[in-house]
Amino acid sequence: MNDTAIKHAQPRGGRFFRDNLFVLICLFAAGVCIATLGVLLASILIQGVEHLDGRLLSNPPSRKPDKAGIYPAMIGTIYICSVCAFTAIPLGIGTAVLLEEFKPGNRTLARLHGFVQLNITNLAGVPSVVYGILGLTAFVEMFKLLGNAGDPIWTLGTTDNWYYVQLPFGRGVLAGGLTLMLVVLPIIIISSQEALRAVPNSLRHGALALGATRCQMVWNTTLPAAIPGIMTGTILAMSRAIGEAAPILIIAGIVYITFTPDHLMDDFTAMPLQIYDWAGRPQEAFHRVAASGILVLMAILLTFNAAAVIIRQKFQR
Amino acid sequence: MLNRKPGALAALTVTTLSLFGGISAVQAGDLSGAVKIDGSSTVYPITEAVAEEFGSEQRDVRVTVGISGTGGGFKRFTVGETDISDASRPIKKSELDKATENGVEFIEIPVAYDGLSIVVNHDNDFVKTLTVADLKKIFVEGNAAKTWKQVNPAWPDIAIKIYAPGTDSGTFDYFKEVVAGEGESIRSDMSVSEDDNVLVRGVAGDKGAIGFFGCAYYFENTDSLRAVAIDGGKGGVLPDKGTIESGEYAPFSRPLFIYVNAKAADRPEVNAFVQFYLENSPALAEEVGYVRLPSEITELAKANYQSRKTGTQFLNEKGEKVHGPLAKVYK
Amino acid sequence: MSTISTTPPSAWPAGRPRSKAARRVRETFIMAGLIGCGAFSIATTLTIIVILGVEAFHFFRLDEVSFWDFITGTKWSPLLGAEKHFGVLPLVSGTLLVTAVAMVFALPLGLITAIWLSEYAKPKVRAVIKPVLEVLAGIPTVVFGFFALTVITPGLRWLHEGFNVYNAASAGLAVGVMCLPIVTSLSEDALRAVPRSLREGAYGLGATRFEVSIKVVTPAALSGIIAAFLLAIARAVGETMIVSLAAGNAPSMTVDPRSQVQTMTGYMVQIFLGDASNFGPEYYSSYAVAATLFVMTLLLTVIGHQIRVRYRQVYE
Repeated sequence: MNDTAIKHAQPRGGRFFRDNLFVLICLFAAGVCIATLGVLLASILIQGVEHLDGRLLSNPPSRKPDKAGIYPAMIGTIYICSVCAFTAIPLGIGTAVLLEEFKPGNRTLARLHGFVQLNITNLAGVPSVVYGILGLTAFVEMFKLLGNAGDPIWTLGTTDNWYYVQLPFGRGVLAGGLTLMLVVLPIIIISSQEALRAVPNSLRHGALALGATRCQMVWNTTLPAAIPGIMTGTILAMSRAIGEAAPILIIAGIVYITFTPDHLMDDFTAMPLQIYDWAGRPQEAFHRVAASGILVLMAILLTFNAAAVIIRQKFQR
Repeated sequence: MLNRKPGALAALTVTTLSLFGGISAVQAGDLSGAVKIDGSSTVYPITEAVAEEFGSEQRDVRVTVGISGTGGGFKRFTVGETDISDASRPIKKSELDKATENGVEFIEIPVAYDGLSIVVNHDNDFVKTLTVADLKKIFVEGNAAKTWKQVNPAWPDIAIKIYAPGTDSGTFDYFKEVVAGEGESIRSDMSVSEDDNVLVRGVAGDKGAIGFFGCAYYFENTDSLRAVAIDGGKGGVLPDKGTIESGEYAPFSRPLFIYVNAKAADRPEVNAFVQFYLENSPALAEEVGYVRLPSEITELAKANYQSRKTGTQFLNEKGEKVHGPLAKVYK
Repeated sequence: MSTISTTPPSAWPAGRPRSKAARRVRETFIMAGLIGCGAFSIATTLTIIVILGVEAFHFFRLDEVSFWDFITGTKWSPLLGAEKHFGVLPLVSGTLLVTAVAMVFALPLGLITAIWLSEYAKPKVRAVIKPVLEVLAGIPTVVFGFFALTVITPGLRWLHEGFNVYNAASAGLAVGVMCLPIVTSLSEDALRAVPRSLREGAYGLGATRFEVSIKVVTPAALSGIIAAFLLAIARAVGETMIVSLAAGNAPSMTVDPRSQVQTMTGYMVQIFLGDASNFGPEYYSSYAVAATLFVMTLLLTVIGHQIRVRYRQVYE
């Protein structure tokens, strides 16, 4: 593109003309970016505002578009994202701490360390649909080694307990949440690493000089200093989890569900899936419902983004 | 959550009563538990409607209805993962074997008639009637027609684009059986989707397109699609409620089924759901665009369910497929 | 703070352990936990490779398929026809077509916007554009799929009636919009990492802003920009929801963006949504396709990462 820009300008000559022309091109490009976002939001608003009311938020899905609601999907999303947060955040921060704060001096270990780092970069690039297959095989079916979900070989509690667990998990909340965890884990690790890297070394040296062990240094000095950055990255990762549809689609498929999950193994549907379902239907009326669903989803995501920005600004002071 | 045992007793009483008293007696609303359903996207609208209505009476029963195609549904059903399987064709030998192997017994219940509609775009003004021979030219592999002109010289030279349901769907099996028969197969260069909505959108957007799927989706989308009359030898017949129920819309009308796991049917919530299904499916099937079964068959289905008559009637002792209209085969 | 799993549930006695032995035990546990976290990511990769490898191996062991036919075959018809064909090239070409459309849209636009943001834009303008990009980056892909289906496709068909209802161009443009923020923000990071001294030197020699941006800063940041491009391409190749909503389900070897195609991800969704009942070849084929996809994105990420690591060494 640089080349074409130059070609455009050259025949006319004049270095300053070229400069001004490029400014125009830049403005045009930026304008296209903003216009695209504008058209996208406007089209969704226009289609979605009509159906956006209390019924959408409180009703279960329905075969009649004007009665269709997103409530079970919303709660389903909250459940799977909670599972995802409770597993991905500790694992992610733990890995980041290991990689940033415990860099080994030993040569073999250093090579292993580098391998883990490279591995995480690669995991971040794995398409989410592949994580869906991983989740399906490892969590839902448990490699088919433990029978099938209709006839579990091991259970904990009964279906009346929220903590009911069975092996294999089946297409439940836990399997969905853990799969999302796999998707966002690399994002959390990388952003937490960046936050830890931004902590000045002088703080670490100070703590060590006062006689702290490495663990104490991390817990009392480095982590508190890095928390704002870690939180920002984590919130953005969670907003990715909320909007992620492909892996959940592989795990749970499209399901008509009118209730909210009772326990960890219960069936669920999530907002992006419900929207996918509506968007794929031929009736215009369902497209409008889909647009309304998108508005709800976007509102949640914007809240998350805003929270990330506020945290960033508050702690920067 | 309610304690299961008293609930179960009450439900049994209630559902026994409901046999005589109609659905009003099931409205106790005191059941809990879960009913897991998966299967055909063709039967889905009926089951979804039944589940929705059932849900407004039995708020604590958790009904899930998935869409995995008839075969995908049976895959889960025959290992006991689901309680009910939606099917737009009778169960196959291989699936029956799998069920037997896993000790899954089931009750076969026809729930409605579905006409298979052959549809074209609204702007397509030349195709009015198709014979089975025409359909063979369009759909059967081996020098399949690329343009409409190749099907009928009077038609324009527009490329044919085909939108077909997934091969795992009962709709596809049925179509294949009628159009291709034994030894032949349907061409492979078609756009295939398990989701009928995709097909409707596809045909609605392309002048040269042709597609086939259950009539329900056509009835719902008459403003964007046009059905083609089928000439089964006695002149062109368009699909509508009358012609499908009478069998005049030959050879493209067929029954839809649900398969109920016999062990699951002993659970009060599943039992209540199936009872509700049997009572309400004629009306709800009609509402979502299918054709209700004649009342004799509905009554027969109720009786069969009540006596827990297991197994399929569409496979004989040797495991061969039984052909013929529903009223003859289903006993 | 309680979110850190590797610490004991009781409050940490801030730096005043009761005994050295207790502390050593505790710290051993913590180290073990941390190493466990690191091991988890390795285990994830290994499991992906094992699952895809084993199932793809199953697939290639079947009579109707051979590895050679799979990677060179130009016909993909696992679900239809008398004879099933498993040549992955139509799916790959579908994926590449969608990706190409996306990149034709996203790369130039993203790069120019990045240059403008980094070299030209006033801080006030930046303060507007940056959040806009962040909002774009946070939009779920299913929303872009909806956008493609209800806005881009009708728009394209209004412009030219040769466009199919499902077409590669519409899906590609939506994927392009999705990739735009990635290209822009990563390229901008690379541009801003170029030391000021380079710019000042160029200005000192009398260069215009255009010459500084295009002839000095952009070449200096080139490796970072290429890395950004590769990451965007990897995202586009692996994108699922947009293509399964808007690109269609007809695998074909075509370069015409107006026609419908099927991508590798689109096929996987089709299979896992229930098109394949038994554990027949078409079911296993989805794992072979997934393995192909995995290898492609892995290569893109590794190359992108290597280029970026090299560029970091230059400027740090």
